[in-house]
Amino acid sequence: MAEADLFEFLTRMGDNTLILGHRVSEWCGHAPVLEEDIALANTALDLIGQTQLWLGLAAEVEGKGRTADDLAFLRDAGAFRNLLLVERPNGDFGQTLMRQFLFDAWHHAMLSALCQSADPRVAAIAEKAVKEVAYHLERSADLVIRLGDGTEESHGRMQAALDDIWLYAGEMFLADATDAAMAEAGVAPDPAALKPVWQATVGEVLSDATLTAPDTDFSHKGGRIGIHTEHLGYILAEMQFLQRAYPGAVW
Amino acid sequence: MRPASDQIWRWLAEVPDPEIPVISVTDLGIVRDVEWQGETLVVTVTPTYSGCPATTAINLDIEAMLRAKGIADLRIERRLAPPWSTDWISTEGRERLRAYGIAPPIDGTAPDGRTIARATRLSGANLTVPCPRCGSASTERISQFGSTPCKAAWRCKDCLEPFDYFKCH
Repeated sequence: MAEADLFEFLTRMGDNTLILGHRVSEWCGHAPVLEEDIALANTALDLIGQTQLWLGLAAEVEGKGRTADDLAFLRDAGAFRNLLLVERPNGDFGQTLMRQFLFDAWHHAMLSALCQSADPRVAAIAEKAVKEVAYHLERSADLVIRLGDGTEESHGRMQAALDDIWLYAGEMFLADATDAAMAEAGVAPDPAALKPVWQATVGEVLSDATLTAPDTDFSHKGGRIGIHTEHLGYILAEMQFLQRAYPGAVW
Repeated sequence: MRPASDQIWRWLAEVPDPEIPVISVTDLGIVRDVEWQGETLVVTVTPTYSGCPATTAINLDIEAMLRAKGIADLRIERRLAPPWSTDWISTEGRERLRAYGIAPPIDGTAPDGRTIARATRLSGANLTVPCPRCGSASTERISQFGSTPCKAAWRCKDCLEPFDYFKCH
């Protein structure tokens, strides 16, 4: 296994948590109720914390003297490896929650598998993160059910959110040469192997939520190889502003 | 002369958690090891939650305490595995949390990511968290996410006070 493949895999993990963490943090001070504002901020905080671990290890593996902060704040969009799903706009609260739920269900399955990684550094991060993500999944699943099986208004919004974000979910299970190298080395699972677990979780929750997933296998893709939607550029413009305007500024 | 490890543990037991100052960093179970490597004291600390903003402050407080005790050559190392668990919070720490108004964690109640048991977990229906103020068992969960990553928001249906629950992790 080449170190370059491991670096690629680690940036995929870290960029997912970084971009989703940033997106979720945009809700801070704007959520519909105080408790949800706090829950969203705590979720974002967990994801940013996990980013420090993934990108910290990525920087160490790369061995070029870069840090997690350098990777987060000084790469351009084409170097980011996150799923398109996590850069989708927040939309209304329902869209944010549906995106979170579909991601959490995958994230928990992925981290559970990574706890068995042949690389002890990867396993250690996964064991840490999976405990936090279990709480994320519990919350997003509960809220998808409450709102899906709620009022006519909330049901309609959740179904619309599902119809929209569903077309971005399939990218989580696509594999390329990097994934094959990771699977071969026992570092990470074949992404396709996570699909049955994800489908079981999602199927059960959507059924309880009285929501229907679109009947299509189509998926937008490209984020994992650096081909992004226009939304990522706007995220980076805000997230990276300070380091771009004042290079090397420290807290 | 190098102070003995048990002396250093006693000093660390006086370093309060920056968010919850009634318990110490050793009560929390986040100091994993204290070891002299030659003339350097190495203190190994594990984070509670990956993104907990108190982590940096905790490391600084530990360093400040040990420097004040005359240890100039020291290093703080982070250890991730095994991951921190609320099971590691000391018995005395749990009592001090309760006296401070924070319900201590109930071991073995962390979510495991399975959604099958969802119905019983909704609103924390499978959990009885006694009110830290009046002791009533008639309490309910408001939100699984509270004022810090490690806490959930609950309320007592008898004395009507809201309270923090140090959630199981």
